[in-house]
Amino acid sequence: MLQIDTISKAFAGTPAVREVSFTVERGELVCLLGPSGCGKSTLLRVISGLTDADSGSIRIEGADMTRAAANRRPTAMVFQSHALWSHMTVAQNVGFGLRVRGLPKAEIAEKVGAVLDLVGLSAYGKRLPAELSGGQAQRVALARCLVVEPKVLLMDEPFSALDAHLRKSLREELKSLQRRLDLTTIFVTHDQEEAMELADRIVVMQAGRLEQFAAPGSLYRNPQTLGVAQFIGAMNTCTTTVSLGQANWYGQPLRLALPDGEAALLCRPEDLYTDPRGARARVTRVIDLGPVTKVSLMTADGDLLTWTCPREAAPDVDAEITLMPRRLHAFRDGALLAQIERPEPALLEGVPA
Amino acid sequence: MKRTPVGGLLILGTMALAMIGPILTVILWAFAVKWRYPHILPTEWGMKFWFGMLGRETIITPVLTSLALTSIATSAAALICWPAAYAFARLKFPGRQLMLFSFIAAQAVPKFALFVSIAVIFLRLGLVGSFWGVALVQMLSAVLYMIWIPTAAFRGIPPALEEAAFDLGASRLRVFLQITLPQALPALAASYVLAFVSILFEVDGALLIGAPTVTTMPLLLMSLSAQVIVQEAAVLCVLIWVPCFILLLLTRRFMTAKGIAQGFGA
Repeated sequence: MLQIDTISKAFAGTPAVREVSFTVERGELVCLLGPSGCGKSTLLRVISGLTDADSGSIRIEGADMTRAAANRRPTAMVFQSHALWSHMTVAQNVGFGLRVRGLPKAEIAEKVGAVLDLVGLSAYGKRLPAELSGGQAQRVALARCLVVEPKVLLMDEPFSALDAHLRKSLREELKSLQRRLDLTTIFVTHDQEEAMELADRIVVMQAGRLEQFAAPGSLYRNPQTLGVAQFIGAMNTCTTTVSLGQANWYGQPLRLALPDGEAALLCRPEDLYTDPRGARARVTRVIDLGPVTKVSLMTADGDLLTWTCPREAAPDVDAEITLMPRRLHAFRDGALLAQIERPEPALLEGVPA
Repeated sequence: MKRTPVGGLLILGTMALAMIGPILTVILWAFAVKWRYPHILPTEWGMKFWFGMLGRETIITPVLTSLALTSIATSAAALICWPAAYAFARLKFPGRQLMLFSFIAAQAVPKFALFVSIAVIFLRLGLVGSFWGVALVQMLSAVLYMIWIPTAAFRGIPPALEEAAFDLGASRLRVFLQITLPQALPALAASYVLAFVSILFEVDGALLIGAPTVTTMPLLLMSLSAQVIVQEAAVLCVLIWVPCFILLLLTRRFMTAKGIAQGFGA
């Protein structure tokens, strides 16, 4: 449906997007996720045609769109600032794209009415944008795009200016609308939770590069790069050296089938469990979050650890406990070395005195 | 206890009197038939001079000349300056800041000196004493308002508004006509009014290039004042001042420090 092929874009010599490639299927909602400045908005603008790519190509339904201007592409973009035209009514805003296409008046009125109905604003056609709330304005902006029946809907952090509660309900609305209309959508966000809830698949971007393209759960469970592992969800990161199949994990040697050398061993807070053979750490803080309890710990070497556990299992502050990882993600030079399930302690060597 | 700031009120009153006083005097004169020392107010009121003035051709012709001159000069300036202002606001080109500042630099030169040198050129071109010569030189008075305010206005339009229209399939021209222009229209109208009024009252250029063949309203006003018929000058003053004042009031919200600073790119 939408093919992005080795797209690069630099601004005054500073690369913003570097050789990004991925393919979006029809009806799929893909989130571009990354910290601010990672190039996700630039990539979206390149897809829309508002920004030219330096190199690479974009195809929509097989047709090469790389050199087509924004007004010739079958895409429509919802802006973060909603970008409604204050001198037009809601209905005029929504009907703009149809007037551009030269549709007869009656047909425009009918289509505008239908799409306003779709976003639940059928009574607001005669209002001016200034008379709308933030959420309503963003719905009108969405309707303005939907009415031209774009092949790809582009959304640039459309909800980030709204409060958390509204954001959540709009997210649900968008998702059900997108499913119902079978709309291919690219949604830019820096909000992990938003991306995880909305997306069929997520493109994680960092420093202009595509780090990983995968389904939300897969990103969480099987991060392929150190960047993704540290960006998606929480991780305990232990930098260590592997030697002869052993490595020191927070003071506890583990047997790890890894090639010798530096390695970063990452472990999710919920993947820790108490085990007498584990690494020793002192509890510094216990936070009852409701569904889980978050335990902050400090090892003898001063490393900080986070463990989330059921409330019944939570230790007291200042207690000394020993922890083992249920699963470790090992990285070298930012790339995944291996994912290790239930590593065993190395009993013969390096046992702490 | 709340203290009444007597001193402050006194200063305020004096300033208001100094500003409004002269205008008030002119208005009083326009409706005065007899007003001699030592009376504080006119002793005889009436519209006598109004009827006397409005029928005279020597009065009507300069008024019409002025209106035609000002309309043409302002509109021509708008045609040149507004697109330029759009370029200043939206495009990045070398020397952009320098050119913007050159408009202030032009303001720092005494206008009269500038017009004398222009008159020399116009003399060679045969434009001195002609209607079009005056129109051309008076356009200069409009440049300041016609560049600064529209530049600020165009700059104030979020690019996303234009991009959204372009993205929905509109041509560049359509985006400009249906999105950019309506968004900037109130400010453009304000710049037009300000330029119009400043050209209407322009004297130096009209005097140097136009006199004696082309007589504009301010020039007429000067000659009337010289003839010591105070009422006639006053009537003309009020006649011009009232519509201009109303027009200027409408542009008030664009005459903010912020608006002008934005024109400079602040």
